[in-house]
Amino acid sequence: MANVLIFADHDGGKVAKTAAELASFAKRGGTPIAVLLTDSSQADSLASQLANTDIESVLAVENSDFAKHGIPALVDALAQVIEAKKPDAVLIPSTARGKEIAGRLAVRINSGIITDAIDVTPDFGTTQSVFGGSFTVSAKVKTGIPVITVRPSSIEASTTSNTPAVEKLNVTVSDKAKLVTISNVQPAVKGGRPELTEAKIVISGGRGTNGDFTQVEAMADLLGAAVGASRAATDAGWYPHTHQVGQTGKTVSPQLYMACGISGAIQHRAGMQTSKNIVAINKDPEAPIFDLADFGVVGDLFAVLPQAREAIQAKRS
Amino acid sequence: MKIAICVKQVPDSWAEKKMVNGVLDRNGVDAVLNDLDEYAIEEALRVVEPLNEGKETPEHIITLISMGPERATEAIRKGLSMGADSGVLVSDAALAGSDAIATSKVLAEVISKGGFDLVFCGTESTDARMSVVPAMLAERLGWAQLTFAGSVKVDAANSSVEIARMTESGVETMSATFPCVISVIEKINEPRYPSFKGIMAAKKKVIETKSLADVGVSSAEVGSSGAWSSVVDASARPPRDKGIKVEDSGDGGTKLADYLAEKRLV
Repeated sequence: MANVLIFADHDGGKVAKTAAELASFAKRGGTPIAVLLTDSSQADSLASQLANTDIESVLAVENSDFAKHGIPALVDALAQVIEAKKPDAVLIPSTARGKEIAGRLAVRINSGIITDAIDVTPDFGTTQSVFGGSFTVSAKVKTGIPVITVRPSSIEASTTSNTPAVEKLNVTVSDKAKLVTISNVQPAVKGGRPELTEAKIVISGGRGTNGDFTQVEAMADLLGAAVGASRAATDAGWYPHTHQVGQTGKTVSPQLYMACGISGAIQHRAGMQTSKNIVAINKDPEAPIFDLADFGVVGDLFAVLPQAREAIQAKRS
Repeated sequence: MKIAICVKQVPDSWAEKKMVNGVLDRNGVDAVLNDLDEYAIEEALRVVEPLNEGKETPEHIITLISMGPERATEAIRKGLSMGADSGVLVSDAALAGSDAIATSKVLAEVISKGGFDLVFCGTESTDARMSVVPAMLAERLGWAQLTFAGSVKVDAANSSVEIARMTESGVETMSATFPCVISVIEKINEPRYPSFKGIMAAKKKVIETKSLADVGVSSAEVGSSGAWSSVVDASARPPRDKGIKVEDSGDGGTKLADYLAEKRLV
């Protein structure tokens, strides 16, 4: 039976939900083993959060160098765990940090790497959606232990009644991995809204908002959605850069994507066109976003959104 | 200081892209300088310009390094017209189809022989979008990795750099001494347009073209055949079914709510 190592990322004492998702992919081809790398003595509380997922066992490493030196220290640890456990594949979440860890790790262990997989087969073949979802690619690592990063929310993680056993390991972080010193960490202000790439519903605003996102945010809050923005809106400074959806921003694939005042240039479409349902509101009937939309309203978002909200509230009550 | 900037020529990110035989079809699409690399060039220029101010010959030099076909000199030329000093293009038929592992190897070879203090990169290229090459360069070179920088402070006198790393998880303040690999996010600055003077000056700047042999990498390690991962199959996504479009005549919002309810999305 193949052993699959999963990098179980965590933030602020909470294990990311990607760990359970990766485990559900790993289970198709083998035994999912989570690797928890933590700077403090959090390993047990983090490991307990992996109960009732497809994770079979947990390898935990506690080392203060992780917080102080970041990615290179994490890669040192992963490489040593891989050396000791000789897994058949390594799965890592496709986040900024996950991809950088995967990149360094692949070089370190002389392995091929695939990023942004949306599906993983039992023999570690992958499916990727490229060029903003206009092409679907299946690929395979040919050399070494496949290092694969998987996009968050690519699978509904299954629930089990497992309590994975925890094994603690020690690693040595090399001097080469201590070149960078992290002196301060300011966690992202999460607010009440879900993370953009993990959200089931995304409401996005563009040029048509004229910088006023209150209607977009109000709709997002009514539907429990994340807020996105076009590059035009983030370039204008109307909304934080981290919310940009598109070719140079995030790629999202939610159940519902609502584009408000977004024309739908290829740059933006590339980040959202694989969404299951697309709704567009735009004053310009010729806007290219309507070519993608399952439902389009030609109109002013400042009139359409409040009315839609009222109607949704009425349906709910 | 000697600064290298890794740049790539990519298909215009505003154009439709296609795959042929499992690789990106670069024909028939305008090739441009990867727009995320422009932020790296701008940031490096902002580091050196105040230091070079008033100097007869600039002490602090920026070299653009790229890997690609002959025509990638056009992308390098654009960076030179923004103000970089010179360029190096690694071009070799054997490089076609190289993966990130091979690309980082070739770039690292050029950088390690160039006596550089800092490498600037964009966070990703808008074609492959892997976002791994800067981290791979740091790994291969054994240099400090300062990536996803939303701000960069270079202290040339003390050979040190401090950045604010900005990602979905928050902002981290991190620092290191030279040599460092720095990648910058697009929020960091507003890249300049090349001036007429800059464009004219760029015509006289030198772009050195190197083969794989010049760089010292074997052709077996690069290209499609040397790649450690391969595309098994690629297919175009079927077009979406035509949707419903309604004109808002005072009831657009209600109709939208009805649609969402019908689809069980609210």
